[in-house]
Amino acid sequence: MKILVCISNVPDTTSKINFIENNTKFDVAGVQFIIGPYDDYALARAIEIKEATPGTTVTVLNVGLVETEPTIRKALAIGADDAIRVNAEPTDSFFVASQIAEHGKGFDLILMGRESIDYNSGVVHAIVGEILGLPSVSPVMKLELNGTKALLTREIEGGKETIEIDLPFVAGCQEPIAEWKIPNMRGIMSARTKPLKVVEAKGVDQSVALKKFELPPAKGAVKMISSDNIGELVNRLKTEAKVL
Amino acid sequence: MNSLVFVESGEGKIRKLSLEAVAYAHAMGGTVTAIAMGSIEKTELESLGKYGATRVLHVADDRLNQHVIQAYASVLIKAMQDENADVLVLANSSLGTPVAAKVATKIKASLATNVVELPNTSAGFLVKKSIYTGKAFAFVELPNSKKVIAIKKNAAEAKEVGGTANVISFTASLTDSDFNAKITSTEKATGDVLLPEAEIVVSGGRGMKGPEHWGQLEELAKVLHAATGCSKPVSDMGWRPHHEHVGQTGVKVAPQLYIAIGISGAIQHLAGVNSSKCIVVINKDADAPFFKAADYGIVGDAFEIIPKLTEAIKAAK
Ligand SMILES: Cc1cc2nc3c(=O)[nH]c(=O)nc-3n(C[C@H](O)[C@H](O)[C@H](O)COP(=O)(O)OP(=O)(O)OC[C@H]3O[C@@H](n4cnc5c(N)ncnc54)[C@H](O)[C@@H]3O)c2cc1C
Ligand SMILES: Nc1ncnc2c1ncn2[C@@H]1O[C@H](COP(=O)(O)O)[C@@H](O)[C@H]1O
Repeated sequence: MKILVCISNVPDTTSKINFIENNTKFDVAGVQFIIGPYDDYALARAIEIKEATPGTTVTVLNVGLVETEPTIRKALAIGADDAIRVNAEPTDSFFVASQIAEHGKGFDLILMGRESIDYNSGVVHAIVGEILGLPSVSPVMKLELNGTKALLTREIEGGKETIEIDLPFVAGCQEPIAEWKIPNMRGIMSARTKPLKVVEAKGVDQSVALKKFELPPAKGAVKMISSDNIGELVNRLKTEAKVL
Repeated sequence: MNSLVFVESGEGKIRKLSLEAVAYAHAMGGTVTAIAMGSIEKTELESLGKYGATRVLHVADDRLNQHVIQAYASVLIKAMQDENADVLVLANSSLGTPVAAKVATKIKASLATNVVELPNTSAGFLVKKSIYTGKAFAFVELPNSKKVIAIKKNAAEAKEVGGTANVISFTASLTDSDFNAKITSTEKATGDVLLPEAEIVVSGGRGMKGPEHWGQLEELAKVLHAATGCSKPVSDMGWRPHHEHVGQTGVKVAPQLYIAIGISGAIQHLAGVNSSKCIVVINKDADAPFFKAADYGIVGDAFEIIPKLTEAIKAAK
């Protein structure tokens, strides 16, 4: 079995978001980059399948410039066998999906996160599926393989649904599909020599253009209310905040 | 401009977020045609006229009572072509978002999800979308002649502007491949207020100590007609179902009022609540980081404050 896991290289969840150059560029100063948390679930599930199914290989793919390589190496340290980096700035979802589709043929399973935590679009898996003519399901909380079939649990608003599907397909993953894996020393050592292929991007017509970023307005100071005076809270919610 | 609005329904009712999608299209101007799938009463469909739809296409195919994403996308692709629509508007949701992606890919449209307000069309077509899990926004130009826009809650207000829409039956020939992701069962809380749509959310964290104390919290939620939410550890420990988990890796809510009880306010939790209009924090630790992100705060023990608050709200009604 061949599994492709697509990982985004994103700011750590505790990062403070800032923009520079007149709000046209993300400020990377002091920001630590990680494998997207959802993508990390996809990777963990792929490794679990590899461990349970002899002969399985896991390839990770990232669309990004050279600075994403530490993140890719981390995925190799966690247990992926090899990696592809498509050497391009991941400008928009359609561009990224087109690059993934270019390298996604021949896999039995293409796993991604439910969404990237920078652009949060939640669409790359569906676009890849559409380009490759494969079904795509997201967000997947459970993925059990049974021969050439799979049983998936997909989260929906207020509940979940069970889906039966034939391989190959594309899935956007989220917890509790697997436990995040932490690389061990041996993994980190072996990751250094695992193959990481760098390929150039294919040309794609640009379908959206990012113009500018904006930060939300700063929040006003909190108003503290005494625990002996809950009536005042209710009153303020009604007359001041006007939310009751 | 012709716009087509995909409206979602559940238990025979149009979802509130879809009404906002109709209102959004109406506010953009031009003609607004809505499209709904599966079993749903004609009167419910006609009522979309109130929010600005002139016509409603209805695909009365029982197979679409289940939310089969590929089949929905195929219907919408055909409807976009038949109607010669320029823009498809729908709600950002577990159904709307993947459908949007598939349709946009097929019809070569410019796609934007998580859109938070009306487009600026003074020069081109500029939309504002939420990024970095609500910590920032991006302005994105959609240059293609066809556009697909998935909106977040509150992108437009579902106010009444019109009368009755004309309901027209619509068919699309669906093939087996539209159904190759087979939904074998659906488990869904019925009747409750859905978390992503709720105007008030009462949310509990590890400070609630255990699942046995959620009765109090649900009681408070009930008097407020609120949905209940929780922090990640609470759903990780199985105190509450996963779909109630709010935050970076869970549901992003956008209510009028978010009441956080016994939640410390980790940055990953805040990422899911920063679109709330008003935040109330109840925590026994005066130094809990959540207070910095709150509008109102009470320092105290949850188990003393929840019943008092429930009574005070009842009394104020
Ligand atoms: C990649 C990543 C993603 C994450 N995503 C999410 C996410 O989506 N959502 C999320 O919530 N977390 C997320 N987390 C976890 C997050 O970092 C915090 O660990 C979590 O939010 C803490 O939950 P909590 O506030 O319920 O618990 P705690 O941090 O343990 O806080 C409990 C609070 O309850 C208060 N308390 C205790 N007893 C009482 C009482 N009797 N009355 C009143 N107050 C009381 C305490 O003072 C404390 O402030 C994520 C973490 C990572 C690393
Ligand atoms: N630059 C990228 N390289 C590889 N995979 C990506 C990239 N961006 C997004 N993805 C994958 O697509 C998923 C959905 O991303 P998005 O549609 O941007 O929310 C992510 O969770 C990743 O698995």
